[in-house]
Amino acid sequence: MTDAVSRPADLVGRAQDIRRRYGDTAVTAALWLLIVGLVLWSALNSDTRQLFVNGVVVGSVFALGAIGLTLIYGILKFGNFAHGDLMMLGAYFAFFALTGRVSERPRFDKELPWSLDSLPGAVDRLGDLTFGYGLIIAAVVAVAVMAALSIGLDRLIYRPLRRRGAGIVIFAIASLGVAIAARSLMLIIWGPEPRSYVTGIHKAQQYPFDIRLKTDQIFIFAVAVGLAVLVYLLLYRTKLGKAMRAMSDNPDLARVSGINTDQIIAWTWVIGGALVAVAGVLLAIQAQLNPQLGFVILLPLFASAILGGIGNPIGALTGALVVGIAQEVAVEYFAPGYKSGVAFVILIVILLLRPRGLLGARV
Amino acid sequence: MRLERWITPAAFAAVTLAVIIMPAERSGWAFRDSVIPFLASFATTVAIFAVISLGLNVQWGYTGVFNFGIAAFFMVGAYTAAIFTKPPPAQPEFVSYVGGFGDKLDFLPFLSSDQWLPFLIGTAAAAVMCGVLAFLLSIPTLRLREDYLAIVTIGIAELLRNVSIEERGLVNSARGLTGIPRPFHDFFDPGDYRFVYFGIALGVLALVYLAVERGIRSPWGRVLRALREDELTTAASGKNVFAFKTQGFVFGAMIMGIGGSVFAYERGSVSPDTFTHFFATFIFWAMLIMGGSGNNKGAVLGAYIVWGLWIISLQLLGYDLPQFLRSRIFFIRDFILGALIIAVLLLRPQGLLPEERRVSIWLERQLKRRRRLWPWPRRREPTEAAPVD
Amino acid sequence: MGVSILPVLEVKDVVAGYGEVEILHGVSIKVDEGEVVTIIGPNGAGKSTLMKAVFGLIPVKKGRITFKGRDVTGSPPEKMVRFGLSYVPQSENAFATLSIQENLEMGGFIRRDGLSERLNWAYELFPDIASRRHERAGRLSGGQRQMLALARALMLDPQVLLLDEPSASLSPKMVEAIFERVAQINRSGVAILMVEQNARHALQFSRRGYVLAMGVNRLEGAADELLESAEVGKLYLGAEP
Ligand SMILES: Nc1ncnc2c1ncn2[C@@H]1O[C@H](COP(=O)(O)OP(=O)(O)OP(=O)(O)O)[C@@H](O)[C@H]1O
Ligand SMILES: [Mg+2]
Repeated sequence: MTDAVSRPADLVGRAQDIRRRYGDTAVTAALWLLIVGLVLWSALNSDTRQLFVNGVVVGSVFALGAIGLTLIYGILKFGNFAHGDLMMLGAYFAFFALTGRVSERPRFDKELPWSLDSLPGAVDRLGDLTFGYGLIIAAVVAVAVMAALSIGLDRLIYRPLRRRGAGIVIFAIASLGVAIAARSLMLIIWGPEPRSYVTGIHKAQQYPFDIRLKTDQIFIFAVAVGLAVLVYLLLYRTKLGKAMRAMSDNPDLARVSGINTDQIIAWTWVIGGALVAVAGVLLAIQAQLNPQLGFVILLPLFASAILGGIGNPIGALTGALVVGIAQEVAVEYFAPGYKSGVAFVILIVILLLRPRGLLGARV
Repeated sequence: MRLERWITPAAFAAVTLAVIIMPAERSGWAFRDSVIPFLASFATTVAIFAVISLGLNVQWGYTGVFNFGIAAFFMVGAYTAAIFTKPPPAQPEFVSYVGGFGDKLDFLPFLSSDQWLPFLIGTAAAAVMCGVLAFLLSIPTLRLREDYLAIVTIGIAELLRNVSIEERGLVNSARGLTGIPRPFHDFFDPGDYRFVYFGIALGVLALVYLAVERGIRSPWGRVLRALREDELTTAASGKNVFAFKTQGFVFGAMIMGIGGSVFAYERGSVSPDTFTHFFATFIFWAMLIMGGSGNNKGAVLGAYIVWGLWIISLQLLGYDLPQFLRSRIFFIRDFILGALIIAVLLLRPQGLLPEERRVSIWLERQLKRRRRLWPWPRRREPTEAAPVD
Repeated sequence: MGVSILPVLEVKDVVAGYGEVEILHGVSIKVDEGEVVTIIGPNGAGKSTLMKAVFGLIPVKKGRITFKGRDVTGSPPEKMVRFGLSYVPQSENAFATLSIQENLEMGGFIRRDGLSERLNWAYELFPDIASRRHERAGRLSGGQRQMLALARALMLDPQVLLLDEPSASLSPKMVEAIFERVAQINRSGVAILMVEQNARHALQFSRRGYVLAMGVNRLEGAADELLESAEVGKLYLGAEP
């Protein structure tokens, strides 16, 4: 080994020594203090207050994706690089169920004679939201389709790899293949032009402290928090969830205990697929339907999941809110093009200081 | 299986035939005037991409390091070469970039107008920059789970692309750099230059190929592969796992940088939209997986096949396709590439050309190492003390 | 050894291994109702491999495994549990990231009813872990973890319990405690097939024993005969204390 190469090893080694000496808790406390400090500061500072609120909304969208990602990562043990693209695909399925539209040629759609928006009053706005009950039914359809598709992909791709005993990296490459296939499928069927579920503009509401917020965004935040809690309860309070954690801990011992791991894996995909679809629909409500978006969102999703601690849904929510807020507040100080850089920096910091994440369990 | 033996020759023959026949047919079989020049350009690109594919093979095939941000190295290589060979910006108010050392590097008078030295220096600088980048990235990641490096490299590729767009004065933003000098360009007839450059690209490919072959056959390469086989045993045998992984990663990244520089000289211009994840990362993975990771010939063959498919889809546009297909042809190609990767992983994990010298390749070996039916790494049973006797 | 009794568990000429590698070259074992049988043998003899093969964790290439006269060869572990067998692996035999209570719940995963009664029963049998039921199993000491593993395996009321080195790397006091518990479990009618390094100790309260070496049966017989056999004594039991 040359000196040049062993030096960073020394550096990292020294960092680890420091960590050992002052205890894991000190680093963690410092990290939390830093995060809470920055978040509070951005919330209280009147220049960044609106950005802080935007960040919470963006973070909620990340959280929706990160919860599904962290579930698959934690239980099935591989980083699903197709997660973002499958989210978008789910959003497009909801779009199709709602409008019955597919692209025929550039900028020209073909429409099915019947779709959900033909239901009476399906597109009338619900309260202050931009969408009607039609989109909610469409989202349920997308949930079912994505759950089925996830199981299908597992049967077709991941299960054979599992049987062969392939390493996690092979799964990651396969998921990259899935990502590319999913994205090009969207482009083939719906074309590259961005779309949205509803037309027309939607005005933001004025709230105290000079904050402007769309009701859709409040809805997104509520769903994100609700789903994080639900997934947490699933994992820690239900028999299925405990079996999922048991399998993730030690698959052989799970089988020895009588747990049918194939079944648990199928359930994981069903839940993961459902989360993917919900996350995709809400992403599309917040941003737009755009085949490119799936890959763009992947890095913040991974950053959120790792920051929160892989396998922990509450961690994913926390991590995602931090990443979202940091990204938005950074706009005040850096060019908007650097938004994705924020997620990257957070990722590097957490990998250096506390790779198991803020709320990650000690194994 | 008998059929299996024919897959590789069949894929090779199909791509070769399509790449020759399609342009020939469209140009009215004008071999001299259009088919041969076309093939020269095609082969040049294959050679350049094969260099990058070899770099990935060093990282993944031989070291088992998992880089999902090839675009970052490709891009750094291309831009570094460009700013080292270009003269400084003539009109800084319109075009601005750092460096522009081209004319300064021409310091050996008797070689000056040939300008071969700047190209070498540009390529060397590209390799060094990529090596440094890889080195920095290895620090937070290579000790952790294998896929963390993948996530971090995705991030750096995205970040660097954004930097190149946002920082106006760095590499001229989104418009990129044009007018990159091309080696020996002035000595030849513009029509013939592509053949010259094909020679250059082929030469670089040959050099890189030999270097990699030598490297992996050396004791150093043996340690790398041993590491890939089973990290723990090698660690136990006293080798510094982290250092070796870093070296493999850096070496591969330098090769990617060389590939990027040769790409920049060939195109004469570089801009951020070349270095998207899809184009600049995914296709190299497609090349290596399809060709056969852990096999340098496979890496080259993969570049040939994948770039062949790419060109075929472009050529198809010249035909009278139904509107439905015409507007979707690239998306369909992308879909096929994604599906092909999965198909190879499932049906022929060793790729078209399996790893040589060893019965098994990286994928197969993982199979042996992880005998349990799961993707989870095998837990080791502690060895108990031997019974008293 | 009653002649007429059908063995509960019978392993006949089993060949098994990992992938291409064959470790067991035809091993036969039987366990009668309610008895304790110990398998001893040098490291790497294939004792753990035998347990895994019996329990369906690795494929059986040749031979037969019958449980109460029924052919169960090749049944996956999740089925074996339903038949009435339980297995405590040699290592990693508790879910480290789950709480103790959750570990036991997983042990009783396929129980339809009576889970809470069984939990109480387990906590009574193993009071050491009862007081820490909401702690993560990874924080238990070696002996406690072994207790937890035993309790987990008993959650389904098995008829045969396979134990792979229950006393490995424990303090002498802990070894004593574990064996006591195993004896107690056996007295409640559970047949036990046990692999042990503490061969003398294990044989002392076993009915019969087998010696496995290089993946084949080397010796077998009543436990006290094995204890007295010169060969076994020299090879596996160490010098007389
Ligand atoms: N998962 C595995 N994959 C491949 N080979 C294995 C595996 N587990 C064990 N072996 C090999 O099988 C042989 C028998 O191992 P086994 O664990 O059955 O021995 P054992 O008799 O239980 O020994 P010990 O007293 O050390 O527990 C050994 O040579 C070992 O290296
Ligand atoms: Mg053993």
